[in-house]
Amino acid sequence: MPFTPLHAWKERLDTGALTAVDVAKLYLERIARFNDRLNAFVHLDAEHVLAQAEASDIHRTKHGPRPLEGLPIAVKDIFCTQDGPTQCCSHILKDFHAPYDAHVITLLKKAGAVLVGKTNMDEFAMGSSNETSVFGPARNPWNEDCIPGGSSGGSASAVAAALAPAALGTDTGGSIRQPASLTGIVGLKPTYGRVSRRGIIAFASSLDQAGPMTACVRDAAMVAAAISGHDPMDATSVADAPDVDWLGACEATDMRGLRIGRPKEYFVDGMHPAVREAIDAALARCGELGATIVDISLPHTEYAVAAYYVIAPSEASANLARYDGVRFGHRNQAPDDLFDLYTRSRDEGFGAEVKRRILTGTFALSSGYYDAYYKKAQQVRTLIRQDFLNAFETVDVIATPTSPVPAFRLGEKTDDPLTMYLSDIFTIAVNLAGLPGLSQPCGFADDLPVGLQWIAPAWREDVLLSAAAAFEAASDWHARKPEAFQ
Amino acid sequence: MSWETVIGLEVHVQVNTRSKAFCGCATDFGAEPNTQTCPVCLGMPGQLPVLNKEAVDKTVLTGLAIDAAINLESRFDRKNYFYPDLPKGYQISQFAIPLVERGHLDIPTPDGEKRIGITRIHMEEDAGKSLHEGLDGVSHIDLNRSGVPLMEIVSEPDMRSADEAVAYLKQLHQLVRFLGVSDADMEKGQFRCDANVSVRRKGEPLGTRAELKNLNSFRFIKQAIEYEVMRQIEIIEDGGEIAQETRLFDSAKGESRPMRSKEEAHDYRYFPDPDLPPLRLSASEVDAIRAGMPELPGQMRRRFETEYGLSPYDADVLSTTRELAGYYEALVGAHSADPKRCANWLANELLGRLKERGIDIGDSTVTPPLLAGLLDRIADNTVSGKLAKDVLDAMLDSGKDADTVIDEKGMRQVTDTGAIDALIREVMDANAGQVEEYRAGKDRLLGFFVGQVMKASRGKANPDLVNERLRELLKG
Repeated sequence: MPFTPLHAWKERLDTGALTAVDVAKLYLERIARFNDRLNAFVHLDAEHVLAQAEASDIHRTKHGPRPLEGLPIAVKDIFCTQDGPTQCCSHILKDFHAPYDAHVITLLKKAGAVLVGKTNMDEFAMGSSNETSVFGPARNPWNEDCIPGGSSGGSASAVAAALAPAALGTDTGGSIRQPASLTGIVGLKPTYGRVSRRGIIAFASSLDQAGPMTACVRDAAMVAAAISGHDPMDATSVADAPDVDWLGACEATDMRGLRIGRPKEYFVDGMHPAVREAIDAALARCGELGATIVDISLPHTEYAVAAYYVIAPSEASANLARYDGVRFGHRNQAPDDLFDLYTRSRDEGFGAEVKRRILTGTFALSSGYYDAYYKKAQQVRTLIRQDFLNAFETVDVIATPTSPVPAFRLGEKTDDPLTMYLSDIFTIAVNLAGLPGLSQPCGFADDLPVGLQWIAPAWREDVLLSAAAAFEAASDWHARKPEAFQ
Repeated sequence: MSWETVIGLEVHVQVNTRSKAFCGCATDFGAEPNTQTCPVCLGMPGQLPVLNKEAVDKTVLTGLAIDAAINLESRFDRKNYFYPDLPKGYQISQFAIPLVERGHLDIPTPDGEKRIGITRIHMEEDAGKSLHEGLDGVSHIDLNRSGVPLMEIVSEPDMRSADEAVAYLKQLHQLVRFLGVSDADMEKGQFRCDANVSVRRKGEPLGTRAELKNLNSFRFIKQAIEYEVMRQIEIIEDGGEIAQETRLFDSAKGESRPMRSKEEAHDYRYFPDPDLPPLRLSASEVDAIRAGMPELPGQMRRRFETEYGLSPYDADVLSTTRELAGYYEALVGAHSADPKRCANWLANELLGRLKERGIDIGDSTVTPPLLAGLLDRIADNTVSGKLAKDVLDAMLDSGKDADTVIDEKGMRQVTDTGAIDALIREVMDANAGQVEEYRAGKDRLLGFFVGQVMKASRGKANPDLVNERLRELLKG
């Protein structure tokens, strides 16, 4: 029952078998029972959740159901909400209450969803393990000594353990797909510009994109359909984006005629052998479903991580300048002077990884270094984008592992930022190119989930969803659930 | 040893849009602190800028008016620095590719017109205001101005004296007001100037420059530049070197002091703002803006000279502002017989009286039709030009029309020859000796008689008629 996917809850609610209050109570009970172990939620107001569910049931009776009527959805602590705190899992935003909802939150409310709490994340979404959170790490339901991935680790952990049937995450360099992969769920990063960024706390503005994390492909499509669309108040939200038949795309049951690119640069030394085996097996299954597997090359892949770790910190260094202790958030109470107010407020408010990235970005943008770092990284970005454009002349979709390794143990990489940065080696290029990407479960390595990543041309989320839906229909990896949370 | 001054100016002009550059907040001056703010201009987490099209159009219009190139693709950059009145920790500006480049402005100098190059005009947002005065050891921040749209207009180092700098600024000030792109009220900080000043011996390469900040009136600009030129020449003549630095002008003391040195200069770490896509304009959009270009001051000045036969001086005065020029054209419309008389009475009589009373031309109780009514009475000899000035005073004070004032005060000019002849005879009787002398050939006594008759009429007799009748009657 708790592992019921979102679309099945919708059916039961729409047939009147259950009420939104019933569903909300079920998940609230599970959160109460399991969250101490997983630390997936960093804020929860149970009364407010029930009040939303009651309001939804009334709305259903009076006006009929909206697309997500009564369905509980958890959101990452990076989405501003008028209800409850929005802290980005940072001390510098401790007890910050936004006087506005993020645009996607407004859309979820309009679609009738019941918003359930705020989920754990790496501080300001900077991390790949959820270990930089000021609230402590979230844990992986498949092995509580392991990280759930990051930065949307709390959302992934919550969905994987069925503390919520669906969650929102954000993805700047893999922060939806990598934790989805490591926890055995589906994570979709839409095309850059598909989903409004307004009211989502910015990490790297040219890369950030919000998307769903769910138990199955159809659920991802349902949530994506609700949060997509042009927002005139976000200048990077694309006005004339081609629309997608989100749910129709999920009807696919075979892959006849589909050309799947297999980029050689994504099958590297140092990959966990079981990950490679799982991906190979998955691609073989796709072949059986009628797809043609084409070996391709994305030659500039090796520069993606380096370019990303210049561009993202550069943008972040400016985006995080507003946390200065002057207007909101943490403020040192006994500064000597203005400069001291800035330095002490920021020193006390930000964690080590955030400081590392602010310093990196500040350095990269400094006079005399701009051309060598920021400008060069933007040139690399153009080449990476071109790699994908070239590839999509011969294939319809690209398949890769989402992560080279399954979930690692807590603390294993915290002292080695560079190794940690390589966790996103297969997801980062997708953000640099602004493309849609999806991760879905496709096997296990060391009893931990392995994710298959799909990458499609811009605005072709339908291609992603069809490929993933067909694979899902022909496999049962998504149906495996962590026993400890049954 | 002959010294040459080299001046380049950076002028920040507030674009008079209804809402701010990147959010919907109002831009009214003088509102209660922090009442014209929203999450965007307060720099709250997750908030995003959306560009104000009106600010773009007005910047393009300004660019077209200075004959500049309009970049059909320009870009917004982030200028990073920490300051309490800068809520995001960066200012959105245009650094690498500004909207407008390579224009010029012609300014009047004693040696004729001089062309001053304008390097660029870029769009940016204003910061808020830190308030320190009257607060006991604390500072307050007013963010009403945060996000207000500005044009930064950067000149080439083409000016060679403080007077040229002031002439350029006045020309620019007049231009933006004519275009209707800025109210340019200097007291409200809507037209602010920084000056880059250096000196060199004639023929030598450019000297090291100092940047002067906080020049907020034409008078201070002249003072500050002249002070700076003297300071630099003294240093060099004493064998010293000019430091490249930013200096703050203290208008109360009439001198400047160092604000920060080259070493202390900020590294603004400019980079393209990822929240704003490149600003793209089509050639047809630019053409549409060009089609809405109003007549510019120079064009208007020349037209006033040819169409109305005005002197260059009057044409210049009357084209100072769009309001004044509009008043003049309305006046000529109502008193078309004599555009020169219109110009004289507006420029020499009405403007001075309004200035004494501290009234703007737009608020004058004597509107163009009312002033035209007075000019009509001068033209048809109802009042003399001399008395008409008294009528104008009364009109300004009372708001009444010319005819009412003339009748109330009994100022109607005497044009009845019988009445004038009677006055002349009285004067002749009273001055028999002078009549004799005149008749003996002392012609210049005519003026004496005219004066006496006018006096006797208490100024109301028509002077032309008095002249004519006197000549006749004095013949005997």
